[in-house]
Amino acid sequence: MSGDLITEVTIFVLAVFVGFEVISKVPTMLHTPLMSGTNAIHGIVLLGGLLVVGAEGADTLTKIAGTVAVTFGTINIVGGFLVTDRMLEMFRGRGERKPKQETPEA
Amino acid sequence: MVVATFLQDPDFIRVCYLVASVLFILGIRGLSHPRTARQGNLIAAVGMGIAVIATLLDESIDNYGLIAVGIAIGTVVGVVSARAVKMTAMPQMVALFNGVGGGAVALVALSEYHERIPDVGEIPLETLLPTLLACVIGAISFTGSLIAFAKLQELMTGRPIVFPGNQFINGGLLIGIVFLVIYLAAGPESEGLFVLMLCAAALFGFLLIIPVGGADMPVVISMLNAFTGLSAAGAGFVLDNTALIIAGSLVGSSGTLLTILMGQAMNRSLANVLFSAFGSAVAGPSAAADADGRTVREATVTDVATMLGYADSVIVVPGYGLAVAQAQHSVRELATELEKRGVEVNYAIHPVAGRMPGHMNVLLAEADVPYPQLKEMDEINPEFPQADVALVIGANDVTNPAAREDQGSPIYGMPILDVDKAKSIVVLKRSMNPGFAGIENMLYYDDKTVMLFGDAKDSVNKLVGQVKDV
Repeated sequence: MSGDLITEVTIFVLAVFVGFEVISKVPTMLHTPLMSGTNAIHGIVLLGGLLVVGAEGADTLTKIAGTVAVTFGTINIVGGFLVTDRMLEMFRGRGERKPKQETPEA
Repeated sequence: MVVATFLQDPDFIRVCYLVASVLFILGIRGLSHPRTARQGNLIAAVGMGIAVIATLLDESIDNYGLIAVGIAIGTVVGVVSARAVKMTAMPQMVALFNGVGGGAVALVALSEYHERIPDVGEIPLETLLPTLLACVIGAISFTGSLIAFAKLQELMTGRPIVFPGNQFINGGLLIGIVFLVIYLAAGPESEGLFVLMLCAAALFGFLLIIPVGGADMPVVISMLNAFTGLSAAGAGFVLDNTALIIAGSLVGSSGTLLTILMGQAMNRSLANVLFSAFGSAVAGPSAAADADGRTVREATVTDVATMLGYADSVIVVPGYGLAVAQAQHSVRELATELEKRGVEVNYAIHPVAGRMPGHMNVLLAEADVPYPQLKEMDEINPEFPQADVALVIGANDVTNPAAREDQGSPIYGMPILDVDKAKSIVVLKRSMNPGFAGIENMLYYDDKTVMLFGDAKDSVNKLVGQVKDV
């Protein structure tokens, strides 16, 4: 099993470096959408919720905690990606027409 | 049958996870330019879809009913809140989504521990330790983010809440949590102690964030974002799930880097943000004549409209006050009006303008300002000496020359916009109250500066009308 652990640690460390590399190229202008977009990505913990709650023979506590985790994870993912999209859709270049959009607050 | 077996093959699921991870990385990379950013976000979302579907294929999953319920509720809540939120409220929305993510991690860790307790023999350390850490960090992120949300949403005071001995209690709690983690990792399996550890971590998250002022909250949100990412990676070690490990560590490292960048832009270290309660509104001097008896020059709307109307180039410096006054649409109208007259208009965006880094760009984009007009600090600073008018709207500390010149100033060393180098400066301000740092801004007493007092939106609207008549 320790071989697996080493593999996982390797993946972890490399992914950390990739994260640093990719993010350092993002301009300040886009930091808010970036924060909200990466925020959506950690909603991946939904997978954990799915595996926990879906497991055969899960007892009541696990079912409750797991279902709440699935709900939370889904909110994190769906809300995060949608709100990021709403922000990014508004960015437009000089002379570009803004695509049609609903602005609830307007 | 053959197809079903193939789809449920753990290796197939792993390949799906690999594809998802690649899409996450490509997606984040897409965010490096406004042209490709929206597509990048979409790519990351597709990656997430693939990861979720692949997980649902896992043959260990038996109970789809509860999953459907959770996903349905989550989708409705997510869609509704993402659609309803105003752009100015974006920081607290991010905090809230971050919080539920952290909560999900803590719950997954709790469930895993609970499920494995009855196992004969010990849970291997390589599973146990990440379970404990994921639970602790997830719980801290959960309560911390909720407090950040409550503060920014003004459900509670945005002021730092400090009580005597706060730091000692935090320190004690932290030691207690560390002790529990080590004790539980060392062997004795106790669900009671695990829950105690969870509660202590939740309390710690709460106590860690309540002394932080509203203005510093974005740094905290970014830090908690990194926490949730790391805890998700921890959950990946528990479940031997590579998608969780990769996505979690990507977010963990990106959140950490963002936190550092924000700290640099605000000239604050993370420790300073968390432990100094610096954001407390210092009752600073507010009389106009306070700075060594010097007075400010006040201008009328007509004066300013004339200055703007006959300028060749104007640089707008928007700040937090503009967002508060919701003046971004009016400012865009003013810029359009000036451009009709042949005036070149650009916007100077300080890295921490608005309520979080890049927030001002979002607010101006919403008001239909094209992003090429939004200039970052390093790009616009050399252009100030050529600008006829620098129009400062609701920005304060980021324009204070003291950051460059006065070694004794608390903001000394903070990168600022060189507004004072413009040929003339117009400052739109509600009153002479100092900014959140409570520091006098010498820019206002500069001979080239005139002040236009009043609500930013109101003033800009009047300017739009006047410029038309100039």
